Amino acid sequence: MTPSHAESRFMTLGEGGLAAAMTALAFFSIVVAAKAYTPAYAFHAYLFAAASVAAVFAILNRYFEGNGETPPLEIDGKPNYNFGPIKLGTILAVFWGVAGFTVGLWIALELAFPALNFDLSYISFGRLRPLHTSAVIFAFGGNVLIATSFYVVQRTCRARLVGDLAPWFVVLGYNFFIVIAGSGYLLGITQSKEYAEPEWYADLWLTIVWVVYLLIYLGTIMRRKEPHIYVANWFYLAFILTIAVLHVGNNAAVPVSWFSPKSYVVWAGVQDAMVQWWYGHNAVGFFLTAGFLGIMYYFIPKRAERPVYSYRLSIIHFWSLIFLYIWAGPHHLHYTALPDWTQTLGMTFSIMLWMPSWGGMINGLMTLSGAWDKLRTDPVLRMMVLSVAFYGMATFEGPVMAVREVNSLSHYTDWTIGHVHSGALGWVGFISFGAIYCLVPWLWNRPLYSLRLVSWHFWIATIGIVVYISSMWVSGILQGLMWRSYTNLGFLEYSFIESVEAMHPFYVIRALGGSLFLVGALLMAFNVWRTIAPREALAPAAAGTGLAAAE
Amino acid sequence: MSPTYAFFAHFAQTWGLVYFVALFVVVLAYALWPSRQKEFDESARVPLRED
Repeated sequence: MTPSHAESRFMTLGEGGLAAAMTALAFFSIVVAAKAYTPAYAFHAYLFAAASVAAVFAILNRYFEGNGETPPLEIDGKPNYNFGPIKLGTILAVFWGVAGFTVGLWIALELAFPALNFDLSYISFGRLRPLHTSAVIFAFGGNVLIATSFYVVQRTCRARLVGDLAPWFVVLGYNFFIVIAGSGYLLGITQSKEYAEPEWYADLWLTIVWVVYLLIYLGTIMRRKEPHIYVANWFYLAFILTIAVLHVGNNAAVPVSWFSPKSYVVWAGVQDAMVQWWYGHNAVGFFLTAGFLGIMYYFIPKRAERPVYSYRLSIIHFWSLIFLYIWAGPHHLHYTALPDWTQTLGMTFSIMLWMPSWGGMINGLMTLSGAWDKLRTDPVLRMMVLSVAFYGMATFEGPVMAVREVNSLSHYTDWTIGHVHSGALGWVGFISFGAIYCLVPWLWNRPLYSLRLVSWHFWIATIGIVVYISSMWVSGILQGLMWRSYTNLGFLEYSFIESVEAMHPFYVIRALGGSLFLVGALLMAFNVWRTIAPREALAPAAAGTGLAAAE
Repeated sequence: MSPTYAFFAHFAQTWGLVYFVALFVVVLAYALWPSRQKEFDESARVPLRED
């Protein structure tokens, strides 16, 4: 490929290599699509082909439009931060958040009013439920984590992100994985592992994206100007590295054929169950906790304009959290074929997790000591502080439920759903909203459209969470008690369907709570859109530093 | 002893504990060593310093 410009120049190795790899992937995908066993799989192969062609087009276009210079690492002695991929990740996070919450509300309504699935397999509860969990955890949470981690690592290392195309590859490649995963669920493609539903080909793609993510992160840290690696980076790094290990370990599977979406996992029986929950609980521990703690350790001090309460505590928090979490998985398998000592080990480690969890919560909250008045004036900080309070609440409840005797009541009931949502809506949701409200003004270099709207978002969503989790507590405990109550003749007092019937009012209340949470997210989307959009048309040149080069 | 289930279970239940306690002591020593106070105070301010 000879460039048509007067001055002769060549593609970089990265540009040429990625374009060649994407071309090869496009051809391969078309072959797979032609020979695919199922139409759903052929559809996915065509998506791969279309995305690869689009990537090749984008790379070539960028090459011919650009001036052939790679952006400088520094401008006037100041780091030339790469914000382009972060902006895209932030916008996508808002989009997926609204989408994921909407699907959540829909399936909550389906549980209350089952006719709402309209007898269509595509929108049956069993298919929409993984769509909801993946959309909120991996699409919303994942984009928040990628965007904030790329921001934090650059700011705290005072160095430009490593890689030219690589950060774009991570953001776009990750979101392509989301599209494959989500559309697969609707079409009935799943390997039926909770939170790891995507089949082998999606898993392989994610592995590639994730390794590039890790390399960018490590490379940027190695390029740092700051001698010390700030604690938020440790949490992000633990998140990226552990998710890579968990993902590969849990998804070790042998596909039936290149032309079939179906695969068989290499683990068998109780080992498979253990590997699944080693993965599953650490998806909570490292994706939903460690990653978002990275957000807490950067965004709360930054917003409160105070250093973290105790840096020493943050180090102890980090090491004890990551060393304890990895062992807590067996508490998902109480009273199963898993050996008793392993169950006890999982339970014990879960209880020990109280200490680092609460240490971290105290560290986050006490960062505001001497600045508590800011909670009155800054709804964004209020949001993040409430999220840390929810973190404390959810990590108190979790170990209680991990105790075998409590678990015998709570397992398989809505109490689990309530617990997950106090962590997911309260902790992960609110710290993410707080981070987005911080990031958007910082990235686009303009004030947030409306702080009053943030305040409304805060209150509406908080009421929504409280309604949600309290209805699930009541329904979960009611369910558990109905399942274990016997008549004086030794028969079960209630049939299963009677317990389902008894849940109806709580399901309606839960849907109400979920709709409030969704309304809050819509306010955020509007606020973000109004912050970004209006002045873009007036002053297109006034974008942040390094943006032009990145695009 | 041949590497059986019982062997691994026993190893995990004894030396695993020792390993974790030792590791935790190392972490505590690193984090709480008095001479690191100044370094940690500076590190805590990393996000607040503007460039």
